[in-house]
Amino acid sequence: MTASAAPRFDPLDPLGLDDLLDDDDRAVRETVRRWAADRVLPHVARWYEDGQVPEVRELARELGALGALGMPLHGHGCAGATAVQYGLACLELEAADSGIRSLVSVQGSLAMYAIHRYGSEELKERWLPPMAAGETIGCFGLTEPDHGSDPAAMRTHARRDGSDWVLTGRKTWITNGSLAGVAVVWARTDEGIRGFVVPTDAPGFAAHDIHHKWSLRASVTSELVLDEVRLPEGAALPGVVGLRGPLSCLSHARYGIVWGAMGAARACFESALEYATTREQFGRPIGGFQLTQAKLADMAVELHKGVLLAHHLGRRMDAGRLRPEQISFGKLNNVREALEICRTSRTILGANGISLEYPVMRHATNLESVLTYEGTAEMHQLVLGKALTGLDAFR
Amino acid sequence: MVVPACRDGRAHSVREVGLFPMKIVVCVKQVPDTESEKALRPEDLTLDREAVDAVMNEMDEFAVEEALQLAERTGGEVTVLLMGPEQGADTIRKALSMGADRALHVVDDALRGSDAVATSAVLAAALREVGFDLVLLGCEASDARTSLVPAMLAERLGLPQLTFAQKVETDGTEITVERLTDYGHDVVTARLPALVSVVEKINEPRYPTFKGIMAAKKKPVRTLDLSDLELDATEVGAAGAWSAVDDFTVRPPRAAGELVKDEGEGGRQLVAFLAGRKLV
Ligand SMILES: Cc1cc2nc3c(=O)[nH]c(=O)nc-3n(C[C@H](O)[C@H](O)[C@H](O)COP(=O)(O)OP(=O)(O)OC[C@H]3O[C@@H](n4cnc5c(N)ncnc54)[C@H](O)[C@@H]3O)c2cc1C
Ligand SMILES: Cc1cc2nc3c(=O)[nH]c(=O)nc-3n(C[C@H](O)[C@H](O)[C@H](O)COP(=O)(O)OP(=O)(O)OC[C@H]3O[C@@H](n4cnc5c(N)ncnc54)[C@H](O)[C@@H]3O)c2cc1C
Repeated sequence: MTASAAPRFDPLDPLGLDDLLDDDDRAVRETVRRWAADRVLPHVARWYEDGQVPEVRELARELGALGALGMPLHGHGCAGATAVQYGLACLELEAADSGIRSLVSVQGSLAMYAIHRYGSEELKERWLPPMAAGETIGCFGLTEPDHGSDPAAMRTHARRDGSDWVLTGRKTWITNGSLAGVAVVWARTDEGIRGFVVPTDAPGFAAHDIHHKWSLRASVTSELVLDEVRLPEGAALPGVVGLRGPLSCLSHARYGIVWGAMGAARACFESALEYATTREQFGRPIGGFQLTQAKLADMAVELHKGVLLAHHLGRRMDAGRLRPEQISFGKLNNVREALEICRTSRTILGANGISLEYPVMRHATNLESVLTYEGTAEMHQLVLGKALTGLDAFR
Repeated sequence: MVVPACRDGRAHSVREVGLFPMKIVVCVKQVPDTESEKALRPEDLTLDREAVDAVMNEMDEFAVEEALQLAERTGGEVTVLLMGPEQGADTIRKALSMGADRALHVVDDALRGSDAVATSAVLAAALREVGFDLVLLGCEASDARTSLVPAMLAERLGLPQLTFAQKVETDGTEITVERLTDYGHDVVTARLPALVSVVEKINEPRYPTFKGIMAAKKKPVRTLDLSDLELDATEVGAAGAWSAVDDFTVRPPRAAGELVKDEGEGGRQLVAFLAGRKLV
């Protein structure tokens, strides 16, 4: 190609954002895309319809073998990838299904991240290698039945008994709960809120699945009951006291969602684009009508703006310069816009848009959870509002 | 059918036959993505490779996988050999990220337009240069699809050729493959060193892991040109090609299908249709 010739226009990468990636980034993306195409896409509609993923442990081990669990963490069997590569993996996984991305986010960014950042050497050595390999699944218990957006008011508590800790309380809406071999549970103590690494076979620990969900149906969500669970001194994460602990983990996981949401949006957009060029009404493809083109153009604009934003945040994270407010910015925008893209795509598919034969409705309903967990859209507006005005409007 | 070991260990094998670990070389071709639109360049009727996304020939992923599995079983080492332009480096990196240890890339402007005869000459020279106990190839490249390179290469190197393998076993002295045939398979045995081409049935290629991807950058890739291989530019490339493309036509659009309405004679009509095309 001569230097003056314009590069090809790619409808799936209209801005040429691929230029932002290096060879390793592309290779990571390719691996995850292929894995998801082979292992998730052929089955996910059935999993969704049945509300269960029978082979989830096998999938976890495969993701572990790829290096997708605790991907940007270093040491203890983790891949040590960049934040951008981790983001690309989240995008590709969520393009398959938000439930699979949730499995990976909770494992890597919540449970493993908490142990990696705040755990003792002993806790890290015990838990991180099997979690990185996908042999042990982890969950993260912060939300309670009466305390969601305001976790500072949590009731779950831990008291000292000799050198032991005794943990009591309930957590709900916990992703991976009944699959988990280990739970990172946040509880109030006399010293403030602390994190506990709880083996799920400890006496007094129980997990019950939440049924009747109409979103994230290819993901396990559970309630955790902690009834006088006795833990040794070393089970408490020594590195942090206070809400700062769980919030820093959430920040890390939200960063993955900033990318992931655009994956769900991309899947819907591709579906809508394909449909618009092949479905004919009034004697021609519906993509030939101006109203449809306006939808496609607006969706493409928001989709690739969102990817660009994710990339920008990824570079800041790799440079150690990413602030929590910036992650809130990304999560607020990208999940909200992704949901809008899914809904608009659904209209283009007409009646087929509500069918599980197409991925659109599945993604749209999944994103309703993604909008709420890891801080609701309103919470991120409040975070940004406070950062912009200096005025705290939370309470 | 058992093919007797016809040739013994040769000077170009770096080790004595029968000794683990084995030195395995896997030949890998970069081809245009099968999903992309292909076009021939009007000036010389060769494929316009710049206009399409390039990927590893799919069959060669199976060859790489088999090489890795054999190396894992025997403690051996896998070298990737690719002949092709600069951008072939992407395909080499992919093989290295799957787990191959090192690579040899033959790049030279004079190679453009090489046919299977020339390709096999270049690969043979490169193989003599690095040494090997076992050479693995895909059984066919998805672009030119001649399936000639494995056989030609074996002839040039005087190696037993075990083509279309769906299963490979070796004890380090002998190699035995199941050779896929129309009716089942043959069992073919030969002494090492030998050459094997594989079919898709043989295994399930692994995904490059993230650690593998990051490690690939640090693995040695040696680049050779024709003079390093002591080959003459007239023997290769379009100049040395035994075959040439004179003309081409775009495949005509698919004709409408023939509809068979079953009015009691449907079965007969279908058989007549298939028999007419020699399909049954
Ligand atoms: C599928 C799924 C998986 C989940 N996985 C996990 C998990 O693994 N671990 C975990 O700990 N939690 C998990 N959650 C819980 C999730 O994080 C909470 O649902 C979320 O934090 C919101 O809490 P809530 O549902 O109690 O809503 P509430 O906090 O009760 O909020 C209800 C509504 O009120 C709004 N609101 C609340 N306060 C204010 C305010 N001050 N100003 C304006 N509006 C306000 C909220 O934005 C929201 O719109 C999961 C949730 C779902 C749906
Ligand atoms: C009709 C026709 C048109 C052609 N057009 C062009 C053209 O436009 N441009 C052009 O450059 N060439 C062209 N060729 C040449 C073609 O690319 C060569 O024939 C090719 O290099 C070798 O043959 P193959 O691809 O059929 O390999 P096959 O014999 O099908 O390949 C079998 C295996 O050999 C190995 N192998 C093959 N090639 C290489 C390699 N280069 N490096 C490492 N391993 C390898 C791989 O393991 C592969 O799986 C054309 C050939 C034909 C017959």
